[in-house]
Order: sequence, then structure tokens, then C-alpha cells
Amino acid sequence: MTDIPAITIDADLQSASVKKSAEPSFIRIEGVTKKFGSFTAVNSVTLEIEKGEIFSLLGGSGCGKTTLLRMLAGFEEPTAGRIYIDGQDMTDLPPYERPVNMMFQSYALFPHMTVAKNIAYGLKHERMTAAQRDDRVRNMLDLVQLTDFAARKPHQISGGQRQRVALARALARQPKLLLLDEPLAALDKKLREHTQFELMDIQDKTGTTFIVVTHDQEEAMTLSSRLAVMDKGRIMQIGTATSVYEYPQSRFVAGFIGSINIFDGKVVSIGDTTTRVHVPEFGGDIEARSVEGIEDGAQISLAIRPEKLTISRTNPQSANSIRGIVRDLAYFGKDSLYRVALPSGHIVSVNSVNARRIGENERVADWEDEVWLSFDPNSAILLKD
Amino acid sequence: MNEPHHDSRFQRWFNRRGWIKITIATPYVWLILFFLLPFAIVLAMSFATRTPTAPPFSFGGDYPLLNTRTYHRLVEDSLYIRAYLTSIFNAVIATLMCLLIGYPMALGLTRVSKSWRNILLMLVILPFWTSFLLRVYAWMGLMGTNSWFNKLITSGYNYLVPAEDALRYIPMMNTNFAVVLVTVYSYLPFMILPLFANLEKLDFTLNEAAMDLGSRPSRVFLDVTLPQSVPGIIAGSMLVFIPASGELIIPSLVGSSSRPMIGRVISDEFASARDWPMASAVAVALLLLLVVPLMVYTYFDGKAHEKIKSSGGADA
Ligand SMILES: Nc1ncnc2c1ncn2[C@@H]1O[C@H](COP(=O)(O)OP(=O)(O)OP(=O)(O)O)[C@@H](O)[C@H]1O
Ligand SMILES: [Mg+2]
Repeated sequence: MTDIPAITIDADLQSASVKKSAEPSFIRIEGVTKKFGSFTAVNSVTLEIEKGEIFSLLGGSGCGKTTLLRMLAGFEEPTAGRIYIDGQDMTDLPPYERPVNMMFQSYALFPHMTVAKNIAYGLKHERMTAAQRDDRVRNMLDLVQLTDFAARKPHQISGGQRQRVALARALARQPKLLLLDEPLAALDKKLREHTQFELMDIQDKTGTTFIVVTHDQEEAMTLSSRLAVMDKGRIMQIGTATSVYEYPQSRFVAGFIGSINIFDGKVVSIGDTTTRVHVPEFGGDIEARSVEGIEDGAQISLAIRPEKLTISRTNPQSANSIRGIVRDLAYFGKDSLYRVALPSGHIVSVNSVNARRIGENERVADWEDEVWLSFDPNSAILLKD
Repeated sequence: MNEPHHDSRFQRWFNRRGWIKITIATPYVWLILFFLLPFAIVLAMSFATRTPTAPPFSFGGDYPLLNTRTYHRLVEDSLYIRAYLTSIFNAVIATLMCLLIGYPMALGLTRVSKSWRNILLMLVILPFWTSFLLRVYAWMGLMGTNSWFNKLITSGYNYLVPAEDALRYIPMMNTNFAVVLVTVYSYLPFMILPLFANLEKLDFTLNEAAMDLGSRPSRVFLDVTLPQSVPGIIAGSMLVFIPASGELIIPSLVGSSSRPMIGRVISDEFASARDWPMASAVAVALLLLLVVPLMVYTYFDGKAHEKIKSSGGADA
């Protein structure tokens, strides 16, 4: 097994996520903090977003996503920090003077206005002729495929259609930045998946920069060019979906995105490419790809994604192999999930793709079978905290 | 083991569907007993003939069943028409003033913190805890020529006009102004409360959405808050206008006797003139004047709602 290709990929990802360009970023959030009384909802967030990106804010309930968005829109005043859009300091501007529009989670459509009037609402403050305005509204209705519903009131259309009206209304003013607060949360699963691609398509057509708030990690990974994971008002990690998933920098991020097995360990020795780690749960040492900033003898966490583990009945004779007993298994068709108990009693999840067609009673392993789990040193994630 | 059924037929009927019928019927019974029946009596009385008996009216005589003398007088005698006009004029002005003063107060109530809101709501309702008559008497004191209130207003007036037009006091008592002033004071809570109930339900994110789309706060009010508060405005206005137009006590105590309001006319016809048929006719006409426009409004409003519902249901 060679480690070199994996490291090259890693270097690429790292450089992509902290892209340093000569000109300042389109949107700059500098050390923004928001306190409600003594409670800190957003804690010194610094973020740079490029023009035309779909950027996702991902995090659990109450972690401050909406608050951050509301500060960008101008509804909340930051306690500290500054916000720049396209080089302009926005921090002290009221919402009606910002080149920013928001699509509200509840859609906030005006119930006493028709769909067309809702979409046209933001345009009456723009310097444009009535003909231009009608034209823009027609384009927007076209974009969200609601031309036939222009004369309806919001309560006369479906939830999905309402969501598209809200999007059209927010886009009609051609904002520099569009904020979307859980835009798809109110839709059912099927419609949500469909709408995700519609959103991406519309973003592609308009070129508007999107910031999308979501607590659905799959949605964030599907939609966005980059995402930030937040916890308790802080940004834990920023990067592409791949870099955040494959190279989490903390236990929180590793656990928040996807499922993962985490073990405590102690560094035994550090080599050029691999680090030896003693993991008591495994009853021995394993090898993992080296990461910066880890010292000999340090207590660390070892994390492995379920799909990075290989399950077999025979000893694979490789560096990282552990014995265990299958306690539970679930067959999902395209893959199977095993829950394997280590000698220490710790349960490990293993996700195995059923690449080959198998017959009845012909599984890799069955209940109570003794199996070997193995993994590539590159797939093991070492976490300092 | 099974106990035999002891339930009476009534009990079984009550438990099955009867209680629903009783619940629905109660308000109707109330309305029939205490509104429709008395109204029918008043209506019948208005077609009776005045007699010097007790009670002072009778049917039959020259006019078997229907005597339309009262209604002829109603349109012929300018006293009644003027009284109706004065009543409606005063009530309209008072309603507009209540709206003008009450709307900002109701809106303010929705914008303050929860604890402040409760205190302020208390203050709105607090005047009801003292007798209405007492409060009108207090106003009579305030409007009197020697009161600090009158002096304050007078000095304000004198400050604004040239010295030769200066007044020693402003005659406020026994004027239409006094009637409107005290009516506004008395009925203001009836405007504030329904408006507040309406405004409180409005979704503030709509205001934020309008602001997000480029509207300044004043524009947001006109575009979002005002149109959505129309039901509250109508409810509050009805609650002020209807009793204000039939008001008896306020015009009797502070109003001008040369320009009586309709409540005063009804009372005088009943008590001093002992012309019960005439008094009944005036009351019936007042009711028609107030209720018919309301019914027309409700009818068209209901139709508009039905229209929305049916066109909304068509594609659902
Ligand atoms: N106006 C406010 N006053 C006091 N606390 C607030 C206020 N708004 C938000 N908070 C608190 O700030 C924290 C962050 O709230 P926020 O709405 O930003 O969360 P969120 O990440 O959007 O969560 P969710 O996914 O549930 O929408 C929460 O703990 C919330 O209780
Ligand atoms: Mg939120």
C-alpha cells in the first residue's frame, strides 16, 4: 500500500479550502459576535465567501445559524465584528439598504397580495419603468415555473409552490447575496431532493451568491460548494464537503457529519507517513496516516468511518486488523451494516458494499461469527481533541 | 351481571346528540327572548295609537292594526332628522378620533415586552373599574369654565391667537365638542382591544420580509400592517360607532339641549311626552339605520370569502 496518492489529494483539499487570493473575498465576516444578554449566540465568527458560491451553514439546533444569517440581512446588530459585502462595510446599514435578500424559513409571503404582486414587491423601490418591472416579474415567474399561478394568493397554492414564490421574490431584486434559512425544511423528502437540484440550477442561471442554512448534512453536501460546521456559536471547520467528511479536524465535526467509530488512543511512535497508535480497545497498536501537530506519547482520538472498514472471515494479515464478533447485521440491498463487538465489548459499525451478487445464506459473515476488521492507515483519522 | 338500563329517554338523547343541540340552541334562545321578542314588541308598538291610558297606547280605533302616524312624523318633523344627523355626525367623528388615537396605542402594545404589555393592557381596562357616570361627571368638572383643564386649553388658545381675540375661558360644556370628547374618552378601550387582538396575531416576519425587500418602516406599515389590520379596524369601529350613535347619558349630561342626539329624543318621547308609539318608531328607525348597512357589509364580506374559498378549493 502506498500512501503518496492519498497525501496528494489531502494537500489539494487543504489548499482548496483555504484559498488565498490576492483580492479580498466577496463576502467577509470578520470576528462577528452576537450576545443576547449574557448568552453568546454567535462567537467570533470569521468567514470568507467567494462570488457565486453556494455556501452552507451546518449545525445543530440553536447553534446560531439563523442569528448569523439575520446579522447578514441586517435584522440583528453584531455585538462585535464587521461584515463586508463586495468591499462595502454593511455592519451599520439597515436591512432596506443592503444588497442582500433573504428567503425566510416560513416564506413570509404577503397573504393579501397575489403571487405576482409578492414577486414585484421589492421592485417598486428600484429605479425601473413599469414595463421593465413587469418583464422582471415575468422572468421570475418563468424561472420558478409559476406563470400560471401569478394571479393566485399565497393561500391558494401548495407548499412547494409557496417556497418557489419566496425564492422568486428574494431573487427579483437581483441581490448580490441571497440568504436562505432552511429553505427546504417544510417540504417532504421527495420534493426536497427535487428542489435541491432546482435551487442549484437557479443559482447556476443567476450567478447569485447563496448562503444556505440547514441542519441536514446531506442537503449541505449536495448543495454547496463549501460548508461551515457550527457548534455553540463557533465555526468548527470550513471546507468542501469532501474535506469536511474525509478530514474532520475535531471529534465534533467527525461525529456531526456522517457516522463514525471513535476510539481513545496514545501515540507510540511517529514516522514520516504513518504514526503508530496504541488503542486499548483493539488490544494492540495500529498505524494511521500522520497528521501535523501530534506529539509522541500524546492522548488522541482515532476515528474510522464505517465504510472504510473491511470485514472478512480470515485474518487479512495486514497492519491494522482487529478481531471481533458480529452482534447484529442489517441487509439494505446495496450495502450491509454490521455491528461488531470487539473483545473489550466496544461495538464497531461496519458498512460493507455488496458489490458481488450473493446467494441466500452466503453472506460474508453471519450472526455470532468471528470476523476480522481491517482498514487502510490512510483511512484512519487522528484527532487531537 | 349487566345492570339494566335506567337511563331515561332524555338522558340517552342528551348523551348522543342532544348536548350539541343544546349548546347551539342556547345563544339563539337568548337572542329570541332578549332581542327579537322585545324588538317585535317595540315594532308593534310603533304602529299603535297613542292614548291617555296606562299603558299609553292601544291598537284599533280609527286605525285597526297599523297606524303609520309615527313614521309620517319621523320624516316630516325636522327635529327627528336633525337628531339622527347630529347622532351620526358625532358618532362618526368620535369613531375616527378613537381610531386615530387607538391605532398607535394598539400597535404600541404589540411592540413592547410581555411584562410591559400586561401592565399597559391593565391601564387600558382600568377606567371600567370606576362608574361610568362618575367619569362623565369628572369630565363635566374638567370642562367647567373655572377648571384647570379649561384654563390650560384657554391659555394655549390665547397663545396662538392675536391678543385682541384672547378669551377668558372656552365654553366647552353643553356643546357637540363636549359630547365627542367624552364619547372618545369612554369608548377608546372598545377601539384599542379589538385592534390589539388583530395586530397581535400578525406575523412580524412579514414586516421583516418587507424591510428586506427595500421598504422603510413607514412603507412597511402602509404595505403590510395596515392592510392586514382592516378586520380589526372594522370591528373596533363598529364597537364604537354603534353605541356612540345611540348614546343617551353623555349627550344628556354634557351635550347641547338645542341639538339633541337620538338617544335623548327616544328617552324624552318615552318619559316626558309619554308618546310610546313615537319613541318606538324612532328606535326602530335607528336600528334599521345601524343594522342594514352592517348586514349589507357582512353579506358582501361573506360572499368575498366564499369566492376565495371556492377558487382555492378548485385546485386543491
Ligand atoms: N432574540 C433572541 N433573544 C435571546 N436569545 C436568542 C434570540 N434569538 C436567538 N437566541 C438564542 O440564540 C441561540 C441561537 O439561535 P439561532 O436561532 O441562531 O439558532 P439556529 O442555529 O438557527 O437553530 P435552529 O436550527 O433550531 O433554527 C439559541 O440558543 C437561541 O435561543
Ligand atoms: Mg434557525
